[in-house]
Amino acid sequence: MKFTEEHEWLKPEGDLVIVGITQHAADALGELVFVEMPDAGTDVEKGDDVVVIESVKAASDIIAPLDGEIVEVNSAIVDAPTLVNEDPMGEAWFFKMKLTNPSDMDDLMDEDAYKALID
Amino acid sequence: MLKTPLYEFHIARGGKMVPFAGYEMPVQYALGVMGEHKHTREHSGLFDVSHMGQVLLTPKSGNVLDASLALETLVPMDILALKDGRQRYALFTNDEGGIRDDLMVANRGDHLFLVVNAACKAADIAHMREHLSDTCDIVEIEDRALLALQGPASEGVLASIIPDVADMKFMDVGVFGDIWVSRSGYTGEDGYEISIPADDAAAFAEQLCAIEGVEPIGLGARDSLRLEGGLCLYGNDIDTHTSLIEAALNWSIQKARRADGVREGGFPGADIILAQFAAGATKSRVGILPEGRAPMRGGTELYANETDDVPIGVITSGGFGPTLGGPISMGYVQADYKAVGTKIFADVRGKRLPAFVASMPFVPANFKR
Repeated sequence: MKFTEEHEWLKPEGDLVIVGITQHAADALGELVFVEMPDAGTDVEKGDDVVVIESVKAASDIIAPLDGEIVEVNSAIVDAPTLVNEDPMGEAWFFKMKLTNPSDMDDLMDEDAYKALID
Repeated sequence: MLKTPLYEFHIARGGKMVPFAGYEMPVQYALGVMGEHKHTREHSGLFDVSHMGQVLLTPKSGNVLDASLALETLVPMDILALKDGRQRYALFTNDEGGIRDDLMVANRGDHLFLVVNAACKAADIAHMREHLSDTCDIVEIEDRALLALQGPASEGVLASIIPDVADMKFMDVGVFGDIWVSRSGYTGEDGYEISIPADDAAAFAEQLCAIEGVEPIGLGARDSLRLEGGLCLYGNDIDTHTSLIEAALNWSIQKARRADGVREGGFPGADIILAQFAAGATKSRVGILPEGRAPMRGGTELYANETDDVPIGVITSGGFGPTLGGPISMGYVQADYKAVGTKIFADVRGKRLPAFVASMPFVPANFKR
């Protein structure tokens, strides 16, 4: 599993990667009340705003961690946004991507580096 | 950054501190905004509102009616009829008919006690000193904390310490030794606001929180509770550019101060405000219920349909209502669109999302009348 400075995690699954937000991010956001996903099939560039999430307090964006195509989104968290608070590293993944350059993953942080970032 | 007498209490309780009106205040504790909100509606929540201004208005004559008449020159409310031991909602108006601040005024026998907003308190006090100093002494109380205990269990909780508070009704005020209590609040729930010497505040807060059913509540839930209660936040929903008629606070002007009342007018902006009272304003504050699940927050523009370029209004407060379980907002719309049930559209991130004008409060008030 790899991590970004924007508190996203990426986990390879076959030729795709699963993307979600970290426990640290979920805790900082507070209870989510709304999630708006992009359509499957959307091409994205690293840094694009792709998902809107709203907590009781405020709205924020989830950005594309790398270049690629969104091939599947998790409708379960659209129906029940608080799943993200309950299981951000598991059930409550956000979307699956096909990366333009799979080797881009190598530049991301490993778990130890991410832990050092948030401590 | 200023600290309230409960600063250490907040830290010890795990409060997440944020700057608010010049003070470091807890936005939430471990329970989180949603949990704190629901706890307050079901049990009892303790809020630190010590950042608000507490002001004594004491008549030089010794007759409280002189202070009441003096204050009436700055607010459109009937202060003269406010009885000893009673409190009332009031608004400082300006010459343009706008709102300088909203406040609570209590008659305490030989003087008035005012609670004003933190961000406005310096200006309010200067305003009163400029206009009322001939007849009144204006003293800001800086050595007392202000707590709010809100929610259906609050009567039992506070009465376990001060039994007589159980007999108070909504908007009653009482003095119990060093502790000043009003039966009021900012959540739509039954509850109390409690003014207490700063040195005693932390111990009192600890004593309250040791009682079953009491949790400390931060500013986050305070905001969602008051929004569900349809209550205005000064600076968001009302300000110097909105009149109290536009803000749909007509009820706050008692008969004596209205047209043909025994003390008609006589407050800043009276001509404008009373004219709007008679004819209606061109825009009005309304409740707004989004049709979908996306929250519509303050600043979101409102439209009559999906295509018009010119907005018909704007949201001034909005978010998620935990008790309602969905998004809620309030804002201003042109008078043609203010009827409950009118379908309007909000521009959320470039999309026109449907919403309906709704009556407020969104959650029924639970006051002890």
